[in-house]
Amino acid sequence: MPETNQAARNITFHIRRYAPEKDSKPYFQSFPIPVKPGMTVLEGLHYIKENLDQTLAWRYSCRMGVCGSCGMLLNGRPALACNTQILDIAQNDLTIGPLPNFEIIRDLVPDLTSMFNKHLEIHPFILRDDETEINDPAGEYYQTNEQLEQYLQFTFCIKCGCCMAACPTLATDVRYLGPMPLAQAQRYNKDTRDDENGRRFERVASPHGVYRCHYAGECSRVCPKGVDPAKAIQFLKRQLVLDYLHLAGGRKACSKQGPSTEGKKLPGIPEAPPYTIASE
Amino acid sequence: MNQTRYWSWHMVAGVIILVLLGLHMVTMHMGGLTGLFVADRTLESVAEPNSQARDALLSMTFMYVVLLGIALFHGLYGLRTILFELTLKPATEKVISALLLIAGLGLFVFGTWAAITAHNAASLVRG
Repeated sequence: MPETNQAARNITFHIRRYAPEKDSKPYFQSFPIPVKPGMTVLEGLHYIKENLDQTLAWRYSCRMGVCGSCGMLLNGRPALACNTQILDIAQNDLTIGPLPNFEIIRDLVPDLTSMFNKHLEIHPFILRDDETEINDPAGEYYQTNEQLEQYLQFTFCIKCGCCMAACPTLATDVRYLGPMPLAQAQRYNKDTRDDENGRRFERVASPHGVYRCHYAGECSRVCPKGVDPAKAIQFLKRQLVLDYLHLAGGRKACSKQGPSTEGKKLPGIPEAPPYTIASE
Repeated sequence: MNQTRYWSWHMVAGVIILVLLGLHMVTMHMGGLTGLFVADRTLESVAEPNSQARDALLSMTFMYVVLLGIALFHGLYGLRTILFELTLKPATEKVISALLLIAGLGLFVFGTWAAITAHNAASLVRG
């Protein structure tokens, strides 16, 4: 907890508890927490664990909004506990629950397996015809800044599941791919190092794929990293429709960058030391 | 890629509906103002002589058959989308698709028959 001179203020955490081995259904338990300015929800949970109830379970790791582990429902809104300050969202009470649209493992720990399985279905990696080059790259690929901009924001996704929890379509259709996998499909689709759309689009355009989205936009609203999955989904729909109507221009993967012929070595730069491990 | 085909035509149908429904509204409610597709501007657009005059035009019959077809496709595809969000079994989804297809084709045939019959009747009346 950050040390400040300001007095602590009591806020009651109403936490949704569930232990499958002893509870038939989830229930709420309340904990009064002394909150100081700057204190995050994650720190509040640590306070409970250390002082009030050691059995409380939640998932976390980095504490800085990078790992995506501590996604939970804070006053009805999916968010990361580590980068949400308590006083920003609560006056007297704070209701905390596990991310909806997922099974609950225990207390605030959702089972994200379904999300990661769907993520795998869209082939979240560079696909190229020349598999030899993929497995044993012999050079770099040239990509302009403009080409990078096409997919850069979608690389910021940390797979926290907040968008999946906020999605109203996913709430009723468990087979729907969901915002995160679809945004990642767009991320690789727009990467010019990738030249294979068929396998990825087979799942993206399936009956429970991209067309099930009706653009509520909640996924983009709750994303803690500022990614816009709703926009990615609209881009995917547009490309699929244009491809079907033969209105889209062809897309070729970027070429491999050959050895530089333009660079000149500046004077005074020593030669690189010899390899310490003999190459095969 | 059936879903892409359905979705693409859903979008195209939406645009066509916008145009044809606009035309429908103009002919049905603004005949007195525009003088288009009416026999007597002093009467309401929906009055029988004006209605017969429109029905006698083959272009109007064609427009209504097209509007009927695309509106049915657009609406029933939308209904199918809503129903599919209820996490149904794949077999149930197939049954729903088949029922909607049958209902759509049935309504289209009935509506087309009605439009052609009205055209023939109006042509006879107007000589």
